[in-house]
Amino acid sequence: MEGSVISLRNLEIAFGAKKVLQGVNLEVKKGETLAVIGPSGTGKSTILKVLTGLLEPSGGSVFIEGQDVSHLTEEEWNEIRKHVGMVFQYSALFDFLDVGENVAFGLRQHFKLPEEEVRKKVDDLLQDVGMPDAKSLYPVELSGGMKKRVSLARALAFGPRIVLYDEPTAGLDPIRTMNISRLIRETQKKHKVTSILVTHDMESVYVAADRVALLNDGKIAAIGTPEEFKTSEDPLIRGFITGEEIKGATEAFR
Amino acid sequence: MALLGADSLPIVLLTMLCTGMVFSVQTAKEFVALGASHTVGGIVAIAMGRELVPVLTGVVVAGRIGAAIAAELGTMKVTEQIDALRVMATSPVQYLVAPRFLAAALMMPVLIVFGNFIGNAGGYFVAHYYADIGSFTYLNSIKEFCDMFDVVGGMIKGVFFGAIISIVGCFKGLNANQGAEGVGLATTASVVLSIILIFIADYFLTVLLYVD
Repeated sequence: MEGSVISLRNLEIAFGAKKVLQGVNLEVKKGETLAVIGPSGTGKSTILKVLTGLLEPSGGSVFIEGQDVSHLTEEEWNEIRKHVGMVFQYSALFDFLDVGENVAFGLRQHFKLPEEEVRKKVDDLLQDVGMPDAKSLYPVELSGGMKKRVSLARALAFGPRIVLYDEPTAGLDPIRTMNISRLIRETQKKHKVTSILVTHDMESVYVAADRVALLNDGKIAAIGTPEEFKTSEDPLIRGFITGEEIKGATEAFR
Repeated sequence: MALLGADSLPIVLLTMLCTGMVFSVQTAKEFVALGASHTVGGIVAIAMGRELVPVLTGVVVAGRIGAAIAAELGTMKVTEQIDALRVMATSPVQYLVAPRFLAAALMMPVLIVFGNFIGNAGGYFVAHYYADIGSFTYLNSIKEFCDMFDVVGGMIKGVFFGAIISIVGCFKGLNANQGAEGVGLATTASVVLSIILIFIADYFLTVLLYVD
């Protein structure tokens, strides 16, 4: 579709006989944050793996900024990946590097910047995510929420046009969940990035997302604004948001 | 990785000292009884240089460094750090495998040189104090029966063993399955496979290097 930064067309992913995604259609417009929600194990994170070239689609096609990326080589993917930042579910910080070097990693690998500039950029990024003093700490010394922040700073170091979040608030307390959600919103505004936020946390969706897609049974079951979801009468949506036993909905989630 | 090499030195030295001494104990008295005491030094040196030092160093290093590599990369795999590397457009092979390969392949010959020194020293002490073989007889025997290639060939074997250990360790680590159990299995499997491949490779390398 015109103007879409990310476009999934009839995307299918199968692991052996198990079909995880069965024809997902999704458009993400420039500058928006789209949340993908849904029960655990429905393939939300799988979508992000496809969008970073970690998994190849079994069927359908994937477009990033107009380019068909469904079947690229690792080298071709590496060019795309320079514009894509990813915040992993468990942060995936390199535990052999300190926080500063984690954030500087991409800059050092791909850009020949003077040391001064790298240091300044790292300081700025850590400042942005609210961790200005953590530079020389190692990942094992950080709490879950701090790790996510560093992970976000690392993902932004490249100056990506697309940022993907894999359950960035999973396992965090409500206050930190809000902090991270606000940070996602600020990142969108400040860096003008297009984002996909995979989560099952509705509070986070209300704060950070412009649109929401509900993934169920390997397909997009519903799509709309967070407001629309909030007031929706659709049993599937209501079941997911409220966790209530609603006839029809809970069956689908099993 | 240079550090890992240095860390392995004590256990390699201890293993080789014991091996040299044991080999000397087993041969010295028998050979003296046969009137062949002038051959003991040479036999110990050849056996150590060609076979015992490279193979046993390989086994020790497989258990120590191969396991460490598999565990480290396995942990990185199950905590998505390998995925993070790839997403940041960095090849895990270039970034993680290549330096480990080089370090292991270069470090093994160095460990083998040290192993030869201490193994032969152990052999000498046992032969001298246990079997009463004179210093001159022992050292002259080494001079007479050995040439440099007995050690250099062992070092060449070491390069291949180092390559095997690092590649197997990296491969098993990068293919670890999810969870702590996966890392444990990968680590064990890497040690077992490395040792098997070292013994198989040793046969072929011996044929290539020492059989005309």
